[in-house]
Amino acid sequence: MHTLTSWATSVPFALPTAEITPIAAEPVRAGIYAVAPLLVGLPLASAAILLLLGRRSDRWGHWLGVLASAGAFVVGLLTFIAMLGRDSSQRVLDVRLGSWIDAGAFHVDAGIRLDPLSLTFVLLVTFVGTLIHVYSVAYMDHDKDRRRFFAYLNLFVAAMLVLVLADSYVLLFVGWEGVGLASYLLIGFWNQRTPYAVAAKKAFVANRIGDVGLIVALGLMFATFGGVDFDTVLGADMSAVNQATLTGVGLMLLLAACGKSAQFPLQSWLGDAMAGPTPVSALIHAATMVTAGVYLIVRSSAIFDAAPTAQLVVVIVGAITLLFGAIVGCAKDDIKKALAASTMSQIGYMILAAGLGPVGYAFAIFHLVTHGFFKAGMFLGAGSVMHGMDDQVDMRRFGNLARYMKVTYVTFGAGWLAILGIPPFSGFFSKDKIIESAFIPTDGQTWRAWVFGSVALLGAGITAFYMSRLFFMTFEGERRWSNKTDGSPQHPHESPRLMTWPMIVLAVGSVGLGAVLASGSRFVDWLAPVTGEHEHGEPVVPANVLVVVTLVLVVAGSVLAWRRYAISTVPVIPPIGTALTRAARVDLYQDVVNDALLVEPGVHLTRSLVFADKAVVDGAAVGVGQSAVGLGGLLRKTQTGYVRNYAATMLIGLVVLVATVLVIQS
Amino acid sequence: MSLDHYLVLAGILFSIGAATVLLRRNAIVVFMGVELMLNATNLLLVTFSRIHGKLDGQVLAFFVMVVAAAEVVVGLAIIVSIYRTRRSASVDDVNLLKS
Repeated sequence: MHTLTSWATSVPFALPTAEITPIAAEPVRAGIYAVAPLLVGLPLASAAILLLLGRRSDRWGHWLGVLASAGAFVVGLLTFIAMLGRDSSQRVLDVRLGSWIDAGAFHVDAGIRLDPLSLTFVLLVTFVGTLIHVYSVAYMDHDKDRRRFFAYLNLFVAAMLVLVLADSYVLLFVGWEGVGLASYLLIGFWNQRTPYAVAAKKAFVANRIGDVGLIVALGLMFATFGGVDFDTVLGADMSAVNQATLTGVGLMLLLAACGKSAQFPLQSWLGDAMAGPTPVSALIHAATMVTAGVYLIVRSSAIFDAAPTAQLVVVIVGAITLLFGAIVGCAKDDIKKALAASTMSQIGYMILAAGLGPVGYAFAIFHLVTHGFFKAGMFLGAGSVMHGMDDQVDMRRFGNLARYMKVTYVTFGAGWLAILGIPPFSGFFSKDKIIESAFIPTDGQTWRAWVFGSVALLGAGITAFYMSRLFFMTFEGERRWSNKTDGSPQHPHESPRLMTWPMIVLAVGSVGLGAVLASGSRFVDWLAPVTGEHEHGEPVVPANVLVVVTLVLVVAGSVLAWRRYAISTVPVIPPIGTALTRAARVDLYQDVVNDALLVEPGVHLTRSLVFADKAVVDGAAVGVGQSAVGLGGLLRKTQTGYVRNYAATMLIGLVVLVATVLVIQS
Repeated sequence: MSLDHYLVLAGILFSIGAATVLLRRNAIVVFMGVELMLNATNLLLVTFSRIHGKLDGQVLAFFVMVVAAAEVVVGLAIIVSIYRTRRSASVDDVNLLKS
């Protein structure tokens, strides 16, 4: 990392609309940045304490978890403030922790990369994470395993911070696996229920497929660049590298991102992941972990910028997932699964933006941050509704809850308006920018601008419909409550303060964060040291027109939802619906396709292997034994036990021996 | 009279003894077959001693007699003891080797 300080001037690639000038990392050892390892250390230590002490820490364990997460946030905030004090050209720092792997030509240093991108994630993860920790204290109050839950949450925060703070792809991979593990443990937190355990397994396996992509990418990087740390890989002279190799690396990274971020075609696990406790869905499966794929792509921007084919695939994947999630979201009646489909769709937006190249990186991260706030807020709201409604998740059994859960209603409403993109809520600033960027031609190809721009625009309209449907079915209309599981009538009630306060804070973020970060393109400038400065190309449709068209679509979608789910009666039993509705209810047959393409052949393969094992391998082993037994049985017959038989044998043997000797001698 | 006749006689006696050992079931008779074989051997030894004009064969014959006497003592004792436990002197009844 010391040899590449001059790379900024030596790399010649230039795209028509962009001029990238990332900054080489500057090694730091002392000062405020030396405490950066605490970011990972605090939650990790807390997780270890809670898991090792076991039941002895049951009484205070959850508060330790909250404290560790809050401590990490404070450290992150201090680092952030220190970073703000530096000139923007000096904001890429590397805290070296020491040599990690030293095996011949393969050498990796463990280090912490502090730059605007990683700090953005640190602040998002620790801030939202801490709020959700606080929320969980109340939400998991009745669970006897609350301490274990907090241990896993802390483990997740630690792993996520390793992921975003790593200064090499190998260390990133450690965090990548860590969040996968934490996600698995938390989805299957109530693993005494078999479907939940199965959901956890499904998420784990789907993530492994993506991980294979990351491993292959690591191998390709080492073979191509001779190293796997960010400075070596991203600082290399891309024009000297084989285009096919770069495309391969890009596609493998995309595969990894698809697995972790539930993008097409590896998206099927996210809906089932809602089996986990709702705070988990809010933190891991909405705000942070599932956005790791976006982080990976933005972090690897140098590779993607030099591999336009891979970039195009990224955009296509994002566009497909965006529509896919939106369509599925329209048909789901389970409030958490509808939100999960929405998450999938919103991450599709981010991936699409990240695939657009330098013009979209900053907006992908911007949307990621605002989405982290409003989606986490809405998930916590959904958890609050479930808390008040005896863990009911079927929206057809909600209705008119606005009167009973005022705080939840208002905070959820803030998130709803934010995701719709109504100005001045935060989603407006981020999503609108992505739509606008999608309409900017890449490399002068206007067809791409039209296709992907229209998809993004259409997605905004569908988003408005399904989010409004969710909101109205839950909070408006007439009440359609069923009795509790024990037969007594429902008594919806507002959640305790420990739950409402995090929701309020997140709602404030949903309302104001976008405007604050967008004013004077503050956020884009902040990220510039990583994503590079770029000139803003002109969209094929004027930006003002786009804003108006988007808003019209959004309002149209919302009004449609209002007419169907707030004014008219919502049937308690889901109507049969059109073919598309039926398909969307089962996630557009993605599980059927996966089963037919992967699971069934896999099952048949294992069955044939078991058969081959029994017939061939076992047959050979058992056959040898059996033939020995048979031979022994034959030989046994010569052993009669009669002395004279033995004597006769001796005599005959002797005679034969003598005869032989005589014959030979004669 | 040629000494060859003694060799033939010894062979016949040995064959009779061997056949007795292999074919008869009464342990006493089997034992007698064994003695017959030993004595056939003795006859052979003495004959060869005579042919070669040396005394080695005769000395060896004495050894065989001594060993045979000892063997008779032990063997008869075993037969008697088997007869006492099994009420039979048939060698076919003594097949414990075939578990």
